[in-house]
Amino acid sequence: MSFASFAFYLFSLSIITGGFLTVVGRNPVHSVLWLILSFLSSAGLFVLLGAEFVAMLLIIVYVGAVAVLFLFVVMMLDVDFAELKAELAQYMPLALLIGVILLMQLGMAFGVWSSYEGSGASRMAVTPENVHNTAALGMLLYDQYFLLFQMAGLILLVAMIGAILLTLRHRKDVKRQNVLTQMYRDPATAVELKDVKSGQGLL
Amino acid sequence: MQADLNIMLSEIILSLFAMLALISAVYGSKDRLTVPLIFATASIFMLLALISISSAQGIETAFDGMFVNDPFARFSKVIILISASLVLIMSPDYLSKRKILHFEYPLLIALSVVGMMVMVSAGDLMSLYMGLELQSLCLYVIASMRRDSLKSTEAGLKYFVLGALSSGLLLYGASLTYGYAGTTGFKGIIIAAAGDDVDVGLLIALVMVLSGLAFKVSAVPFHMWTPDVYEGAPTPVTAFFATAPKMAAMALFVRVMHDAFGNIVAEWQQVVALISMLSMFLGAIAAIGQTNIKRLMAYSSIAHMGYALMGLAAGTAFGVEALLIYMAIYVTMNIGTFAFILMMQRDGQPVTDIASLSMLSRENPGKALAMLVLLFSLAGVPPSLGFFAKWGVWIAALDAGLVWLVFASALASAIGAYYYLRIVYLMYFGAEPQDALDRRNEPVLTGVLTVSAVAMVFGVLSLVGIEGAAEAAAATLVR
Repeated sequence: MSFASFAFYLFSLSIITGGFLTVVGRNPVHSVLWLILSFLSSAGLFVLLGAEFVAMLLIIVYVGAVAVLFLFVVMMLDVDFAELKAELAQYMPLALLIGVILLMQLGMAFGVWSSYEGSGASRMAVTPENVHNTAALGMLLYDQYFLLFQMAGLILLVAMIGAILLTLRHRKDVKRQNVLTQMYRDPATAVELKDVKSGQGLL
Repeated sequence: MQADLNIMLSEIILSLFAMLALISAVYGSKDRLTVPLIFATASIFMLLALISISSAQGIETAFDGMFVNDPFARFSKVIILISASLVLIMSPDYLSKRKILHFEYPLLIALSVVGMMVMVSAGDLMSLYMGLELQSLCLYVIASMRRDSLKSTEAGLKYFVLGALSSGLLLYGASLTYGYAGTTGFKGIIIAAAGDDVDVGLLIALVMVLSGLAFKVSAVPFHMWTPDVYEGAPTPVTAFFATAPKMAAMALFVRVMHDAFGNIVAEWQQVVALISMLSMFLGAIAAIGQTNIKRLMAYSSIAHMGYALMGLAAGTAFGVEALLIYMAIYVTMNIGTFAFILMMQRDGQPVTDIASLSMLSRENPGKALAMLVLLFSLAGVPPSLGFFAKWGVWIAALDAGLVWLVFASALASAIGAYYYLRIVYLMYFGAEPQDALDRRNEPVLTGVLTVSAVAMVFGVLSLVGIEGAAEAAAATLVR
């Protein structure tokens, strides 16, 4: 067994183990950690495929951002996972049945699958020779797929406008800190000294 | 790249305008800029429509066929731009009454129109999806713009979740198509998807894509979001939903079916015919019990999508031409009807219950007469323009040998006529109203209502060149 195939089986095994333990784990924080293991192993598989850019993206985006976000959500929100699990057990037979049916359908589709004989020739983005695959992706993204790239930018802009429009509230009764007014406050008018006679109070 | 960008100049102008306006509103006087922005956006739409009408009439493709500007795209764009512009100038009054006159409203409409223009020009499954998402995302936001109202929030959320589901279906179909054809470009797919013996995988892909698109045009069985979203969204937004996005989604539907799957018409013809028939019947029957006029218009639009899809089910160039004319007439009728609905106010507050219309003819005879004409046209009673729209799709379906579909649609429109004519009955012979609607006439809304009603009468004599444009549009698509 060559080193590459050894690495392949190692990564694959840890993805499957990680995925399984994510689902069955009792402690949600442990689940997220197992999920991170799955992401890292998938990144390893991408490296084996020669797609090192995608592998790095997976680590930066999924492990760096998404998984950490999950971790925060799980820790911050007080969700009773034991109760959710109990509900899940109730639906388990039905879920298993649907899962088996889906698997069978996938198997059937795979069994009869055939593609058009010219499909290899009409591929739009053929992997280029002698070019670093990050450079090749860049060439594709900013040249041939320029339109799609810009459209994706517009969609993100709309998402931002939408999030602000639907959630931002200008509250008038909030007292905000204004550094300048604090600094220019006149000490003479800010404090008033009173001479209080003993036993009489401030009336 | 320069030549490619020149071809999509209208889209670029519109998106640049939206971004500049956004910056100026955010750093400027915010919501006080809304009304000027609404009129600026509306006039840019009109300008782009004029440019589109007067520009070259050939077929231009950009970005390796991802973006196609042909007569079909231009025809759809003109309708989309004009209807969006009219809906925009109809909105300020209602929005200020509901205190939701936000400056984002015209900008989101502008960006969604950019999405629609890319949709109708899509020559590739990827640009199709990008246009569709840009459009839908704007619509989800403006549906729930009135965030203090439970119904508006519900409308936005429901639309978003179900829209995401339909996008999923569409993407699944698109990826299966890509797996089969090896390309996402329509030029490649139409060559791959040909012959008598169609592959099962491709059929699954076709059905998935078709379901995703049927969702966007709200055809049965993917219609369930329509009544709730129409009812919950602010009325000008509902007016927008009923017009421009419907035209864009229908044009996209036709383009995908003919441009990508045009060599296997027999495979999708039966499916389209079936959803067309189901939409007509559901729209006609479910609308009968409605008391809210916005819900009624939702079912009405489901039924109208059914009639329009008959033209697609025919699978011929004449069918596409009939569909385009149908959509143009449908959009005109709906703009007029929504102008009327926007004027339904009691004590300065908008109302939507149908019962409030009783004896409107005595209070406001002109408005009642205009609505009468529009309702007759919506019902398709001869000799109104709505009847001739239906006549066109019937002829197309008959030519294609779909006699059963024509019979079914005649039956459905007879059932549907009941609820349109019930409103006419209420307006002219209804019970004495408890408290009448306001008599005030908003000049813009009255103008739009009048023009739309007059078009329904005089359109019978001449369609001002729409047939010629529709014929040229259909000829470029169906080869």
